Amino acid sequence: MLYIDSIQRGIVIDHIKAGYGLSIFKYLKLDEADYTVALIMNAPSKKYGKKDLIKIENTIDMDLTILGLIDPNITINIIDDEKIVKKIKLSLPKKVEGLIKCKNPRCVTSEERDIEHRFVLIDEDKGIYKCEYCEQIYTWEE
Amino acid sequence: MKHLIDPMDFSVEELEDLFELADEIIDREDDFSQVCKNKILATLFYEPSTRTRLSFEAAMIRLGGQVIGFSSSTSSSVMKGESIPDTVRTVGSYADIIAMRHPKEGAPKYASKYSPVPLINAGDGGHQHPTQTLTDLFTIRKLKGKFSNLTIGLCGDLKFGRTVHSLIKALSRYENIKFILISPKELQIPQYIKMEILNYKNIPFVEVEKLEDAIHELDILYMTRVQRERFFNEEDYIRLKDSYILNKDKLKLAKDDLAVLHPLPRVNEISYEVDNDPRACYFKQVKYGMYVRMALIIRLLEVM
Repeated sequence: MLYIDSIQRGIVIDHIKAGYGLSIFKYLKLDEADYTVALIMNAPSKKYGKKDLIKIENTIDMDLTILGLIDPNITINIIDDEKIVKKIKLSLPKKVEGLIKCKNPRCVTSEERDIEHRFVLIDEDKGIYKCEYCEQIYTWEE
Repeated sequence: MKHLIDPMDFSVEELEDLFELADEIIDREDDFSQVCKNKILATLFYEPSTRTRLSFEAAMIRLGGQVIGFSSSTSSSVMKGESIPDTVRTVGSYADIIAMRHPKEGAPKYASKYSPVPLINAGDGGHQHPTQTLTDLFTIRKLKGKFSNLTIGLCGDLKFGRTVHSLIKALSRYENIKFILISPKELQIPQYIKMEILNYKNIPFVEVEKLEDAIHELDILYMTRVQRERFFNEEDYIRLKDSYILNKDKLKLAKDDLAVLHPLPRVNEISYEVDNDPRACYFKQVKYGMYVRMALIIRLLEVM
């Protein structure tokens, strides 16, 4: 098995659905990072068979709730002194504001300047959101 | 301060209060002729809709109020690039209540976040048209005296017809309603309405292709227009087009107390020969629409 060093201090994003690691890596702009980062793809997982994970040797200050939108099964481990000091279990955010855009060309968001795109979670199990304005239905995969 | 953006913004109890008030207005209209004296309604119509705008304006004038506004975006500062928040904040400084029609879906909802006065959605693209739903509900209540124990036929374009979707949602809150959905296969009611409303609430419904197969069962027939360009092939259009035109012959199959409704304008889906039949109620519906808008203005302005 491939061996990757444990990190001293930082963040481990674990249980990423296999295949999604790269998009999260890019979304978090880790490809531009000047500190140690590792993207591990298709690691064996007892729970899911295969998983992706990301290790970040740094304390990054960012809103990680978006990761819940990508996959609510993701867990975030905060590491200090090589130990997990905090585990964050994600869930789908109830509201998503300003992160994704409504694609409905008839939606008011397509025309007004400075309008914040807002989505409301309407089905937690299926991960279905609707645009707060035009009520177009979205799932994250879209 | 309350706005009306979505037909479901009002609870069943609030609707009942509104309809009772509309009944009172019909019974003693003179008593209401000054209740909105010194109040101004602004009609912000970013796209033309003469019928709806006139209904709102007539409603306000009959309540003793006055009306300002514009009837297309070309004649307003929108042309100069003014945002919706700026427009409603400005107009809200002049007027006491706003009725807004906009081609973009969700525009009235966005506007209501910034409006200093109550705002009514007078239609936002193909999305919502809540005062049409109030009109439809009030008409059914006026004609049938109730909302429960009714078999309601919805005929025509059930896929794209927003008034039909809103009406189903609104009626699904009452008991013992049965729907007969009459449309060509291409224009059937969207799956999400079947799943989220009809199946979810266990409301009985059947889908049929021809009006003549269902008209005998109906207490209410809600007609909508079927446009030729909505059909996928010409053959189906030719085969089915006459099924969605209500004429005297089809009406012979119907109950004596059927009520035929239509959101108007009609093109050819109801023959003129039907207009004199006592079951043709679509012009009454127009009038009830004005009365229910009067009641709505009174409630949102809290003048009574």
